[in-house]
Parts: sequence; C-alpha cells; structure tokens
Amino acid sequence: MNARERILARLRQAPAGAPAPLPDVDAWYAAAAAEDLAARVERFKANIEAAHAEVHETDEADWPALLFDLAAQKSLRTVLVGNGTPQAATLRSQPQQALKLVGYDRPAAAWRAELFERIDAALTTAKSAIAATGSLILWPDPCEPRLMSLVPPVHFVLLDAAMIHANLHAAMAAENWAAGMPTNALVISGPSKTADIQQTLAYGAHGPRELIVLLCRRTGVTS
Amino acid sequence: MSAPIHFQPATGFADRSRAAVNDAHLRRSFRGAMDFLQAKRLAQFPDPGELAALRDLGEAVRRYALANLPKLLEQLESKLTANGIEVHWAETPDEANAIVLAIARRHEAKRMVKGKSMVSEEVGLNHAMEAAGIEALETDMGEYIVQLAGEAPSHIIMPAIHKTRQQIAELFAAKVPGVDYNDNVDALIRIGRDVLRKKFAAAEIGLSGVNFAVAETGTLFLVENEGNGRMCTTVPRVHIAITGIEKVVAKLEHVPLLNELLPRSATGQAVETYQNFISGPRKQDELDGPDEVHLVLLDNGRTQAYGDVQLRTTLQCIRCGACMNHCPVYARIGGHAYGTTYPGPIGAIISPHLLGLGATHALATASTLCGACSEVCPVRIPIPDILVRLRNEAQAGNASALRGSGTARKPLLSAIWRGWALTYGHPTLYRIVSWLISRGSALAPSNQGAWTRSRTPLKPARRRLRDLLAARDSGK
Repeated sequence: MNARERILARLRQAPAGAPAPLPDVDAWYAAAAAEDLAARVERFKANIEAAHAEVHETDEADWPALLFDLAAQKSLRTVLVGNGTPQAATLRSQPQQALKLVGYDRPAAAWRAELFERIDAALTTAKSAIAATGSLILWPDPCEPRLMSLVPPVHFVLLDAAMIHANLHAAMAAENWAAGMPTNALVISGPSKTADIQQTLAYGAHGPRELIVLLCRRTGVTS
Repeated sequence: MSAPIHFQPATGFADRSRAAVNDAHLRRSFRGAMDFLQAKRLAQFPDPGELAALRDLGEAVRRYALANLPKLLEQLESKLTANGIEVHWAETPDEANAIVLAIARRHEAKRMVKGKSMVSEEVGLNHAMEAAGIEALETDMGEYIVQLAGEAPSHIIMPAIHKTRQQIAELFAAKVPGVDYNDNVDALIRIGRDVLRKKFAAAEIGLSGVNFAVAETGTLFLVENEGNGRMCTTVPRVHIAITGIEKVVAKLEHVPLLNELLPRSATGQAVETYQNFISGPRKQDELDGPDEVHLVLLDNGRTQAYGDVQLRTTLQCIRCGACMNHCPVYARIGGHAYGTTYPGPIGAIISPHLLGLGATHALATASTLCGACSEVCPVRIPIPDILVRLRNEAQAGNASALRGSGTARKPLLSAIWRGWALTYGHPTLYRIVSWLISRGSALAPSNQGAWTRSRTPLKPARRRLRDLLAARDSGK
C-alpha cells in the first residue's frame, strides 16, 4: 500500500460519527431580504470605498475620457490594456498623446522585467461584482491575463453596474460557477494591503496600491 | 539570506511560559493586539442571531465534509487530476518535504517564493529546502519579517504580532542591504515590497497553503490581503500547494458560506482583499500562470484525530485564530511559549496528534477551561471538552490509541486522585477523612510549592460546613 491507500484506509476504518446531513446553504441566503439593483449598487459603492478603493460613475461613452483624466491626475505614463479586447480598441481609437497604451500580447515570461518595473497601471474589465462585501469578480482569460490585476501599482476596473449581485453565493449561482471553473477566478475587495506591522494598515503591500472602479451605467439601464 | 528558523521543542512549555509572563515588552505587544482583534471581531458580528445561525451552518459544512472525508478526498483528487493539477499524498512531514523536493529537483529550481502556509511550517519545509540548497523565501510581510529575524511565527494569522515597528526597522536596517533605520510603517512595507518583487520575478517555484479544497469542482481556494499569495501562485513556472487532508469541502457554495466566518473571526475584516480560486495550470492560450500545479495532501497525525469521534471535531478547524485571540492564557504568554506550529487553544488540541502526547500534554493544562475559545469558534469546536479529554488521556493508566497516551502519568499523583475518587464516592469515608483533615488544619504546611510562590497557603477550615450546620441546628 502507498501513502494514499494507507491514509484512506485509516479514514475508512474510523467509527461513524453522528449523522451529518448536507447543510442547506441556499436557504440561508434565500432568507436574506431581497434588494433591488439600485440598492445593490449603493451598497457595493459604500463597501468598496470603505476598503480604500475609488469609485467613479461613468457610462459607456464617457469612460475613456474619465480614464485619461484620472491617469493625468495621477501622473501615470503607461497603462496595460487587454489583448484584443473591445475596451483596448476603444482606448486606442481616442485622440490623445499623454498615455502610452501597452497591450498584454506576449506570455508574461517573455517580458517579465518590463511588466514588473515599467508599467504604471492596468485596465481590466470585471465579470461582475458583489454588494455585500464591495467586491469585484474577475475571471482572467487570454485577453486579460491574471497578472494585469496584480502587478501594476494602479488597477482600473471597468464594471457594468447592472452586474452587481447581492453576495458571492448569489453570483456563483447566477453565473453557474460550479458547472465549469476557469483556471483562476478572483474576488477582489480593495487595493492590496497589510496590517502585519503593529496592526497598522498599509496599502500596496505586493499588489496594486490603488484600485479604481469605473462604474459604468449602461444607456437604457437606469437604477 | 534567510536564517534558519529556530524550532523550540514542545517540552519546556512551563519554563518558556514563565519567561514570557515576565517579559513586559511581549506582554504589551500581545495585550494590545488581542484587544484590537477582539474588538474588531465583535464589530463584525453585531447581530447575535445571525452569528449563531452562521456558526451552525459553518459547523454543519465542516461536519458534512468530515463525515464524508475519504469519499470527498477521492472526488477532490479525481477532479483536480481532470483539471490538470497533480495530487500527492504524504503521511509524514518527511514525505511531504521529499515530494516538494523531487518537484524542485525536476525543474532544477534554486529559488522558491512562499505564500503563507502553516502546513509548510508544520513540516519544516523551509529547513528541508535550505538543506537541499534551495532558497525558500517567505513573502507574506509578517512571515518575511520573522524569517529575516530567524524566528518562527507567533500567531497563525499575524506572524509578527510580537514585534514592534521599531524592532522591525532595526531588523531591516541590519539585514536588508542598503536600508537605513526608518520606523515609518509605509516605508517599511515599501522596502519589503521592493525586495520581494524581485524575488517573485526570479523564483522557479511558488509554494502556498490552501484555505479550502473544493471536491465538487477540483478548486483550491486561497485568501489573503497582500497579493503575495497571488504572486506565488501565478508568477513562477510551478505552483505547489500544501494542505492537511481535512481542508476539503464538498461543494463550491460551501466556500462563500465559510468565508462569511473566516475573515470576520480572524482579523475582524468583512472580507479579504483577495479570494483566489485556482482550478488548474495555465492553459495553452493563456499568457500567464504556472505550467504545473501540484497539491500535497498531508496526514501527519490527522487520521489519528479522525479515528476518535470526539477528537475528530478538532479537524473542523478553519484556522481563523479566533480561539487564540480570545484565550486569556495565549494573550499572556504569546505564541512562542507553546513551542508548536499551532499555538493557543487549537494548538493545544491539534498538536498531540501531530507530535504525540508525550511532547505536548502540558499544553492542554494551560487553560482555565473558561470556554472563551469555544464561544468564539466559528465552527463550534468544543475545545474545553477536548482539553479535558486530552488531560485524561495523558494520565491514562491503560495506553489508548493516542500516541503518547499515559506519558504524563505519575504514580503518586494518580494514587492521590484514586484516593480522592474513593473518598468522594463513599459518604462514611468522606465523613471520617474530612473530620481528620479539618482537625489537623494546623498541620498544613506554609510552603506549598508553586501555589505559595504568589499566594497565601491553603489551609483546611477548622470546622467543616456540616459542623457549622450542626451547630446552627442545635442552636449553639
């Protein structure tokens, strides 16, 4: 027998304990008061701002101008954008000179030093968001790889305001996560932080120092 | 660059505790931190009804996982394998280290970056890697600080809780090249960030723990605030996760439920900055992420705890650390005095399975059985009951299935307790013995060992309660 078989055999030999039925997690969440989208948007904003993120309300037409403004205010020179995403195309089509747009178009290993040292910010989309904890849900993919939301010191996130769920459980159910998980799914609730030195909060521990949400209200979707 | 961690033997607990309670500096650090963490946790659970319901559900989720553990481990393994994650099983710390080392050798790795993993501390992974010529660098800020100081973590969630920022500034100035003394916290974090960024980019292997492993989907769930865990699991070519066999949960929807409890109980934050769900290595068309992901499942005595229905509840633990944050003993002696990877109440009840009762039986005696730990435990582990059980196991006359049972047994002491039990079980005998003791009150010694070091001597009353009652009834 190998280690695996011996471990499993010992577990199987153990006496059965008291019955342990499968808990009804759905019922617990279903019992919570239903909230309309407008209330969820407000709760999302309040919670993520409390976690030191910035939220700027915008819409489908105006977010590129807002991004360029914010980048100028923060003296950002380079922004990493997705590889062949509509958002990257939109940004590239804007008349502006100040901000250099860098596409994530090669494997990270091929340009790690540049990625780690010479990129000021990144823009990604969020798949959805969570009101209860003020969190963004990201499913990185070949167009928007994992390190975009981690390595650059400033992270801009474009979020469709209609995609804000009540809590993570609701998001998982609505988006049917259990049917197929991506390589990496992320729930991000603020900029990187630590309180490891004398319980004093400091931002930008290893990930982004700033998390900036561009909350996009779709035309025709009022909340 | 990192000094090896100096492991304390689990024996010598009493001496280390005595030294700790006399260390005013350490007492201040821990008192401050514990008050802070207790207040923050309390603020996260304003509604006692909600908390009680959540704890019921949390307990049920963990109990369900344990009741079905062998089946769920097999399901986890087959799902992870289907997702491209390689699963390894280790019965002992040495086996776990050998598995990690074999992977490292295959990749000719020299540098490993580590996210916070208590199981890696449990197996002494850093030692094993250093001995094989592989740099194993801690990247959680707190872990980085204690590793730089050549120490072990003193708290499972806040490893450097025992250090002041001045001490950390001195440490950085002494150990990090080109750094001058600066005790500003932001500046200190900036130094750590800059040093470690270079390490992330250069390491061949990233090692992490696991908060929960989801059998349903073959997913590893990791939480953190800093982003170093994401670095370790994304940047290097190889990601190795290591965890105990008990960390499995049946369903993906159990993760958000348990995570309603974990950060709020641990640090009093509503949610962690990063919840990281990993379900496979980099796919062909993906531009980052590791080429290989491995999971090492460690037993190291957990099957012993599992073999006993009462002690099995120990494995419900989600490692939030709330029990230690609320323990009056831990708050006074800190984590190092325990000498074990897991300190505090959870350490006292899990360590006997990892290390045997022979080395760890004293830990269960470091409790007043006040019950604060079980009152805050998010998964309702009956810690005081288990402490009593382990005390009895340590004194047991007949060796039980627990490694090291009976090792604390002293013939004189057990004879005294047997006499006590006999006396209290027989009213006539009790009457005679209590009469003798009360009349011999004057003979009570003034030096009563440890008791009289800081207290007045114990002296039996000259008249027993029954004497007083008899006197009252007869009208005297």
